[in-house]
Amino acid sequence: MRNWEMKLTRQGWADALIELGEKDPEVLVLDADLSKSTLTCLFKEKFPQKTFNFGIAEQNMINGAGGLSLEGFIPFVSTYGVFLSGRAWEQIRTTICMNKLNVKFGGAHGGVSVGPDGATHQALEEIAIMRCLPEMIVIVPADYYETKKATLAAAKIKGPVYLRFGREKVPVVSNENDEFIVGKAKIMQEGTDVTIVACGAMVAEALEAADMLKEENISAEVINLHTIKPIDSKTLIESAKKTGCVVTAEEHQVMGGMGSAVAEVLSQANPVLMGMVGVLDTFGESGTPEELMIKYGCKAKNIYEKAKKIISLTKKQ
Amino acid sequence: MKYPIPFDERELKLKAIQMRKDIVLETFSAGSGHPGGSLSAVEMFIVLYNCILKHDSENSRWEDRDKFVLSKAHITPAYYSILSRTGYIDPKELVTFRKLGSFLQGHPKQDIDHGIEIGGGSLGQNFSIAGGIALGMKLKNKQTRVFVMSSEGELQEGSMWETAMSIPHFKLNNLCLLVDYNRLQIDGKTEEVMEVEPLDKKFSAFNWNVININGHEVKEVYDALKKFEEFSLSTPRPTAIIAKTIKGKGVAYMADVCGWHGKAPNKEEYDKAIQELEAQEKTLTQ
Repeated sequence: MRNWEMKLTRQGWADALIELGEKDPEVLVLDADLSKSTLTCLFKEKFPQKTFNFGIAEQNMINGAGGLSLEGFIPFVSTYGVFLSGRAWEQIRTTICMNKLNVKFGGAHGGVSVGPDGATHQALEEIAIMRCLPEMIVIVPADYYETKKATLAAAKIKGPVYLRFGREKVPVVSNENDEFIVGKAKIMQEGTDVTIVACGAMVAEALEAADMLKEENISAEVINLHTIKPIDSKTLIESAKKTGCVVTAEEHQVMGGMGSAVAEVLSQANPVLMGMVGVLDTFGESGTPEELMIKYGCKAKNIYEKAKKIISLTKKQ
Repeated sequence: MKYPIPFDERELKLKAIQMRKDIVLETFSAGSGHPGGSLSAVEMFIVLYNCILKHDSENSRWEDRDKFVLSKAHITPAYYSILSRTGYIDPKELVTFRKLGSFLQGHPKQDIDHGIEIGGGSLGQNFSIAGGIALGMKLKNKQTRVFVMSSEGELQEGSMWETAMSIPHFKLNNLCLLVDYNRLQIDGKTEEVMEVEPLDKKFSAFNWNVININGHEVKEVYDALKKFEEFSLSTPRPTAIIAKTIKGKGVAYMADVCGWHGKAPNKEEYDKAIQELEAQEKTLTQ
């Protein structure tokens, strides 16, 4: 086990917003009564005039953000991923994406690691239902620094951007000074026997899995696919050509999620056997984050086992 | 051309007849579309675009323009007609309505150059966009206003009431909601499908100024919009104008008939409607 520094991704969201608030007069934050959880309360403390609480009414908040963008503002909409991407999906589709409005979404509390609040509050579908929308950019940062950089980058993009992050502290897998480019996957470590593609908190699990494989002389390449859309096809194809097999890992439904996005690329350009780690067509439940990550198969061990299986199946081909 | 222009009742009534002819032509040419709810909204469009809204069709992106948002966005025949008669769209384009490649989509696509501030068509959405625009105007210290047109049927959407709650909360007295209350929706009478009454009391209870009018009397529409202008300077509240109208108004066989919500006239029906509207024109000009 690596000795990770642990930090909140939502703190990265809040810190970036404060930085934006200081330099960009057009940046606004919109809340739906969850600012204490999403940490946008920290932005509100500094910029009360730039913060608008729409109450528990996500549909109105999102289209209200659309209206504000028509007056030249850059609204950052903040609430839990379930309510943001799900409750108001059609507002995002028909108003925000169809009109390519300059609205940014911070979907907090993604994944089973939300913990004791249980299934209703554990967003597991956002990658699927956001990436299928034309014009939408979807980013799942791996740690505090990436969340901060992705939030800052979103402000510079003209059009809708969806950011997904979690509730718990997660390992810091990047450095403060690393370059973060939207749409450019990051190779965390090079390898030759299998490619592991991960996003969000699963990047750390993927690195742990690579360590376990290394003990058996299996060389794993680990790719941090922080931008799900637009997807970095080039990096994925090159890696698959090199290693010959791919395992994907996400704290999200496997159906339609990041792994599916990778499969869409590879199956059309360089088909290889793939294994997918993630939540398997089920909802979460209450428990500690660690218990749930184990129960729902989102740990390094799951990636390790899947990699071994895919490597062996590939050899038999 | 720059607006508003002075109120001239006879002139506006003539313009309303022209709009109705456009609506019949557009739906006939397309073979589909929504004539009923377009015809009920004609006088509101005519008064708003001619005599109230500050806009300039030669400078559609003018920073200090008032904005109009269509929330019952299926009534594109009326919307495209008023935009063509105020200089945003060439009236010759109206016959391309709903055809492949035309910018005159079945439901509006955002096109600020042609006067369409925002796309729409999914009911329950554009009222909240208008709220965001009104808030943005306040934040920029603009003196501009937002006018949004909805219908009583659209007010069955829950999201409308999220917006109805938030606009007074944010003290957006620069927003005026026009409700085209024609009492019919696709499946029948509003009161039978899902009653929305008492509408004026609902808006009052949500802290709105409320004005009830006959939506086909241009003078009543004008006075109500002028009253909104007063309210927007004297109260912190937004204003709702609830306009009682008749679906299909102006074409006798369509008037108050539910079936004309989303159906186009055939050639015979088209000729009959145009004849009737020309007769109305003649009466007014004699």
